[in-house]
Amino acid sequence: MEFQPVIGLEVHVQLKTNTKIFCGCSTQFGASPNSQTCPVCLGLPGALPVLNKKVVEYAIKAGLATHCNIAPRSVFARKNYFYPDLPKGYQISQYELPICEHGHLDIEVDGIGKRIGITRIHMEEDAGKLVHSDVPGLGSGSGVDLNRACTPLLEIVSEPDIRTADEAVAYLKKLHQIVVYLGICDGNMEEGSFRCDANVSVMPVGSDTFGTRTETKNVNSFRFVKQAIEYEIERQIEVIEEGGKIVQETRLFDPDSCTTRSMRGKEDAHDYRYFPDPDLVPLVISNDWVEDTRLGLPELPEAKLSRYQAELGLSLYDAEVLTASRELAEYYEEIIAAGSQAKAAANWVMGEVTRGLNDNGLAITACPVSPALLAELLALIDKGTISNKIAKTVFDEMWQSGKRPEEIVAEKGLVQVSDTGEIEKIIDEIMAANMGQVEEFRGGKEKVFGFFVGQVMRASKGKANPAVVNDLLLVKLKG
Amino acid sequence: MRITRKEVEHVATLARLKLDEEEISTFTGQMDAILSYVDTLSQLNTDGIIPTSHAVPMENAFRPDETRPSLGTENALANAPERTDDFFKVPKVIE
Repeated sequence: MEFQPVIGLEVHVQLKTNTKIFCGCSTQFGASPNSQTCPVCLGLPGALPVLNKKVVEYAIKAGLATHCNIAPRSVFARKNYFYPDLPKGYQISQYELPICEHGHLDIEVDGIGKRIGITRIHMEEDAGKLVHSDVPGLGSGSGVDLNRACTPLLEIVSEPDIRTADEAVAYLKKLHQIVVYLGICDGNMEEGSFRCDANVSVMPVGSDTFGTRTETKNVNSFRFVKQAIEYEIERQIEVIEEGGKIVQETRLFDPDSCTTRSMRGKEDAHDYRYFPDPDLVPLVISNDWVEDTRLGLPELPEAKLSRYQAELGLSLYDAEVLTASRELAEYYEEIIAAGSQAKAAANWVMGEVTRGLNDNGLAITACPVSPALLAELLALIDKGTISNKIAKTVFDEMWQSGKRPEEIVAEKGLVQVSDTGEIEKIIDEIMAANMGQVEEFRGGKEKVFGFFVGQVMRASKGKANPAVVNDLLLVKLKG
Repeated sequence: MRITRKEVEHVATLARLKLDEEEISTFTGQMDAILSYVDTLSQLNTDGIIPTSHAVPMENAFRPDETRPSLGTENALANAPERTDDFFKVPKVIE
């Protein structure tokens, strides 16, 4: 029997706020255990949560960027369960009335477009962190660090519209790109700022009833998501083909073996007994607030991609590379804004700049050559002051010294020679020294032309204007 | 009956409460009475009435995204039944 996998994803996006969702404690990563805590996030009796306005702004942004409706009224709810990383005995989340609903993302796999529905986006608090080893005096116990407790999260839930692991990865990459572009998440998957739970089931091809699903938790890289989903699909098909039944359960992905395994003892945990949190008043979002936020949205990758092609005349490939991250796109756009030609600037950013960054392990935001200075360099090429080849030497020098290109060109005497008299003199010398090759050329062997170009360029130390050299050589060689 | 003995046992498990036989009987009876009383409400027609989630007619209490001093590790751990290093110490949790 052929099986059709059905996949839905729940993504937890950690928001890039200064403070926690319901208290003023810092969200800075890496602080010493329990140093960023207060009565609210420790769950001390009588402490009252107050909503961080920035979290709401970020949630609206995420909702708008994924084509959701923003609920005029939403409510926080308590999700009740016991676990040592959850000091209150409940997590504050949203349930019946989330802030965003009914959105979608358009993805593309192997050139085929597909729309993935987004069921809902809601705001919630993160739990604390448990450690099981590497703490002095831990013995047979576990340690609890509540610094992360109450950190703001968005949970973004997709419709079960995804059919393959590749579609799942395409969806996640797109969502990741959007939240990073929006500036609401740092996107750091290793630190857990963007993590994914995958709901997977299989059904016979042609069936319209979904199979029983499993939920694989906290898969924290794109590669692991692909592996976890592919493993889970195969496992479920095997179970069914052997006459077994899929149990609805939570599973954990093990990256070492690329398998998933059941997390036992959590069967009861799904009875969360949600109810509205009386400590938090309802959230009412006016149409004005939504529209103001919409106006403040940055240009998103999809829009940039089409604009780069339509208005700047770039190829799809170039546009994709340049819009991959917001920082790179902004770097590129600053060069254009300083007057450079779109295609030339694209070539430089994707060529020399990217190479330099890769060689030195730098991010674009740490690029030693500013967009403004790179634009000055491109202007020198445009004016014919230096050749493209010399420009690369100048660029390396700019990278090292941070000097302006004009300064470097003047210091090192790199100005391109376009003066025909000077170039003619060099050509005459080269021809006189290589009469044999001159005869060959005149005898019809045109390939030696390249030899002469090389000799002239070398004699001029690369400074001769190649176009002028070509023109003059042709005239002189033909005699 | 609005609630069964089995449901009471289930809720007790979720709440990490250990009840003896007699308590289960008592609570089943009491909870049944409470639920039956609340059922009185279903005699009213509530079509078109927004469910009440909050008793106070108030909305949108916000704080700005500005850090305030935390308690600090020592204060945070001051009442911990058990601690080790800078962590609360709890019985081993195995996933």
